[in-house]
Parts: sequence; structure tokens; C-alpha cells
Amino acid sequence: MADRFAINRLPGFTAIAVLAFLALYIPIITLVFFSFNAGKTVMGWDGFSLQWYAVAWGNLAVQEAAWRSVVIAFWATLISTTVATMAALGTTRRRPFKGQTAVYVAINQPLMVPEIVTAVALLIVFAWVKVQTGYQGLGYLILAHSAFCIPFAYLPIRARLEGMDLSLETAAADLYATPWQTFRRVTLPLLAPGIVAGAMLAFITSLDDVVITEFVKSAGQDTLPTYMLGQLRRGVTPEVNAISTALLGLTVVILTAFFLLTRERR
Amino acid sequence: MGVSVAGEVTISARNVVKAFGQGAGAVRALDDVSVDIRQGEFFTLLGPSGCGKTTLLRLIAGFEMPTEGTILLDGTDISTLPPNRRPVNTVFQSYALFPHLTVAQNVAFGLEMLGKPSSEIKARTSAMLALVKLEAMAGRKTSQLSGGQQQRVALARALAPQPKVLLLDEPLSALDLKLRKEMQIELKRLQLETGITFIFVTHDQEEALTMSDRIAVMSAGKIQQVGSAKEIYIHPRNRFVASFIGETNFLTGTAEAGALRLATGNRIEVPGLAPGGTATVCVRPEQLRLGRPEDGGITARVRSLVYFGTDTHCHLALSDGTEIVARLQSPASGEAGLTEGQEVGVTFAQGAVQRVED
Repeated sequence: MADRFAINRLPGFTAIAVLAFLALYIPIITLVFFSFNAGKTVMGWDGFSLQWYAVAWGNLAVQEAAWRSVVIAFWATLISTTVATMAALGTTRRRPFKGQTAVYVAINQPLMVPEIVTAVALLIVFAWVKVQTGYQGLGYLILAHSAFCIPFAYLPIRARLEGMDLSLETAAADLYATPWQTFRRVTLPLLAPGIVAGAMLAFITSLDDVVITEFVKSAGQDTLPTYMLGQLRRGVTPEVNAISTALLGLTVVILTAFFLLTRERR
Repeated sequence: MGVSVAGEVTISARNVVKAFGQGAGAVRALDDVSVDIRQGEFFTLLGPSGCGKTTLLRLIAGFEMPTEGTILLDGTDISTLPPNRRPVNTVFQSYALFPHLTVAQNVAFGLEMLGKPSSEIKARTSAMLALVKLEAMAGRKTSQLSGGQQQRVALARALAPQPKVLLLDEPLSALDLKLRKEMQIELKRLQLETGITFIFVTHDQEEALTMSDRIAVMSAGKIQQVGSAKEIYIHPRNRFVASFIGETNFLTGTAEAGALRLATGNRIEVPGLAPGGTATVCVRPEQLRLGRPEDGGITARVRSLVYFGTDTHCHLALSDGTEIVARLQSPASGEAGLTEGQEVGVTFAQGAVQRVED
């Protein structure tokens, strides 16, 4: 295939690729590197130390924000994955219906509408609800996160459902399984990797959201990302580097698991 | 054969119509089909693809509902019951084995859904695995099995709940020839051992002829003929059946009283033929006898000879251009004693000429 067009044979391909990777990873590497700095400044190396991790770990505000992030991400994942699973079943396990494309667009709306628009819209609606009900809890953030996590959960679940052999469900029905038993014993187990993958994507999407959280949160409802944003207004500290590195580690772990789960599909 | 009396009707389709689509664009996959399938028989639905045989099977299984007509099981109308409430099981063309379950779990699935006690499930699962000779594979995942083994699991899984009727949708089509021959014998053995009514769908006429007690030949959404392999082969009712099952020669001419007058002037005896109009008869190639032209018969010229080992196919042309084939058993010398271009007199074996409708 020597004469076939191959982009990696174009002159300068390697140079551009290396440059792109450097541009992407130098900032991250720098951030990770200085999170282990013993000194107080961000740009001057004073030797290796884990002290900033200890500082972050001991910081009550960090602990609180991290816990809040996890709680919100947990509930948002649960809600969005459940809704996404039902939506995926509804858009694949029935005859095509009128307005199917519209439904598809509606489900994936958070991927298309600028986040700042959703944030402002939610801010207005939630402000009104707060006045009406007096409720100030985490519910608003959980609802908001659930909404924008749905497409992230929906897409891998739908992909899994579309790749599934429909005759398996027919076979279950033929073998005396009721529609519910067919779902429980055949569809759901086969769908599980897709659901777990969708849940993972939803979880990290919720975990690192800033824009919508910043708009929707009430006083004292900082999540880890909004706490970090608040800290950065007073200058970058190695402590923020340490938190960022920890978040990065968590994301890499979850994304690797996601990749392994979706790749395993036969 | 169990408690039921052989010969009793198990499945009865009455004036079944299945249309797909709406209005003018609707396609009639089944067009007024009526058939009775007897308890304990190996019944085959045979026809080319698109003839409606799989649709009829899916209607019996409950995967589709008839547009018109009814389907009875032991006299009870089951037309609108969902598949899980019909005591029939299916062996799918793709096998449709559950990939997340082991072989034994696949076989046990139907029994579990029926809520059988676990001791019975265990016993029946082992019995079924023994029946299909897969005891050693009980703990394997189905993806670790060969095509033939998967086929056996599909059979065991469908037979385990002891259905009244087993439906088989072209189950052998994915297997290679040697394995298919083995499975044909295996299927027949299973049917005899279990005494369960088998309804088998295939487009392979040889498969149908060798395995079935009775065959329904289908075409264009209709059943063309129902009968034993012999009946269908020897007395095909119409042109479609005659040409779909085996090879045959068609001869068309003018109907006279008890005979057919060909364009060549020859007269073929066809008992019962009423005079008037044109009529068609068929004769199987192995029923042709070739002699010397001066000894009588229809004069024909040998166009070509094709040696097939056990027999030789002799392609002949009649004086009006009609082409026919004679299949002659090869003599020990291997020479049929014929040469291309030679003239012969063609006669037919007693009773071999069959009137067919168009």
C-alpha cells in the first residue's frame, strides 16, 4: 500500500504531532511536578515533598468541598444513568416513531447548548423556586448535574443496546420469560457494561463541572472545582496543584476503566 | 410418544393472513394459509426465501400476531397469546444463546422461568445435556463452543421445558455440509426419542425429503401442497412443486381424452385427462427410458451427456425443440452406450407421467 495516501507520511507530520502533544501535556506535567514542590512558590523548585498534599488533606474547607462533590456526583450519576438507561431503551427497543429525531436531540441538548446559557437559565429558575419553597439544600446542584450528565450516560448505553442481538430477547420470551424477566435476566446483564461505562462518564462529568455549579450553588455549597476557582482568585498555591493532581489521578483511573469496559464488547 | 395419540392435530392454522405494512404498500407474507400439523410428526415448511415459511413459524411461536385467521394449539386459540405463554419453543437460526450464561444455565433458563423446583431443573438440565452429548461442556460459556456444539445447546435449551411443539428455523443453515448431515440424523433421533412435534423450516429440499414425515411446500405466501416426501415427489400438484422438489421435465400439449398430444405429434397417455385446451405433464428424469427410434416412443436427439458417477445425465431435444433430461444409471463399464447426436426413442416408465397444474 505504498502509494496510498497516508497522513503520517506528509512532511512535518511528526513535528506537528510532537508539538501538539507537548502543548497538551507540558502544562499538566508542570502542574503535577510542582504539586510535589517543598517550597511555597509555584514556579521555583525547592525539593521534593508531599507537604501540600498533607495541607490539602488537612484543610477542612477542602474536605468539605470534596465530600460535597462526591455526594453530588453520586446522586447525579444515579439519576442521570437511570434516566439515560430508560431513554436508551425507549429509543432503541420499539418501532421507529414520529419525532424520534426530536427526542434524540432533546436528550442530547446539554451537549449542544452552551453551558453558560444552561447555567443562567437554571440560576433564574432555581432562584424563583428558592423564593417559593425556601429550600436551600444540595437538591438544586444534584438536579442540575443530573440534567447535563444524561447525554454522557446515554450515549454508551445506547451504543451497547444497538449492538445487542435482538433475537436474544425474543429467545427469552420464547422460553417463558415475562417482559420484566426478559429485561432482568437478559437485557440488563448484557447492557451492564454500557450502563457502568455511562455511569463513569456521568460521574467524572459531574465531578469537574465549574460553570453550572458556580451559578447554581448557594452560599457555602462549594464543590472541589469551585473551591479551587475561589482559591485561584487569591493566587495559585501549590495546594491547588496538589488537589488538581489528585483529581487528575481519579479521572485517569475512571477513564481507563471506562475504556476497558467499552473495548471489551465482542 | 407420550400420552397424546399420534395423528391428533396439534397445531392448526386456519385461514391465516399476515400482512406487513399498511394500505397499498402492504405485503402479504402469508395469504390465507390453512394447515393441520399432527401430534408427534416431523413437519417441514419448505420453500424458497420470502415464501412465508419463517413468518408462519413466527406466528406459531407468538413473535408475530396474525392479521387475519387463527392458530390453534390442541384446539385452543393461541393467536393472540404472547410467546412466553405458549407451550412451544424455538431453535433460532442464529441459535440466540445467552452469551452471559453458561451452557447449563442456558439449558435451565426455560425451566427457571416456568418456576420449576431447583431439583427438577438440575435433573432435567443434566438429562438434556446428556441427550445432546454435551455433559462435559456444562460449565463453559457458549462463546467457547464450536458451531455444532452451539447448535446442540440451542436444541437442548428448547427441548428442556418439554414443549408441545418444537419450532426449528433453518437451524442447520450455518453448519458446514458434513456437520449438517450429522445434525440431520441427530435431529431425527431427538424427535423420535422425545416424541415432540417438530416444525422445521428449510429451503433445502434434500433436507426436507430425508427428515420429514410430511412436508408443506410453500411459495408466495401460500401452501402449494402438503404431503409425505414420496407423495410430493411422485405426485406434485403443480408446476412450482414439481420444479422445486428435485429435477423434472415438463411437457405441454393439447389435452385429448386420456392423453396428451405433443407438438411433435406424439401421444402420451395421461389417465383421466379430459379433452380440451392445453395441459402440462411432468416426468422425472430417472423415469425416462431410451431405446432405438424404430422401437417406438418420442424421437429425440442426444444433445449432451454428463457423467455423474452413479448416473449419467442425458440432455435430449425433441423434434419441436423441447429439451428434456434423462437420468440413466451408469452401467459397470461406465459407458451409457450413447453418443452425442444420436437419435433415440424416448418412453416413460409405467405411471411416471403426472398431470400438473400451472
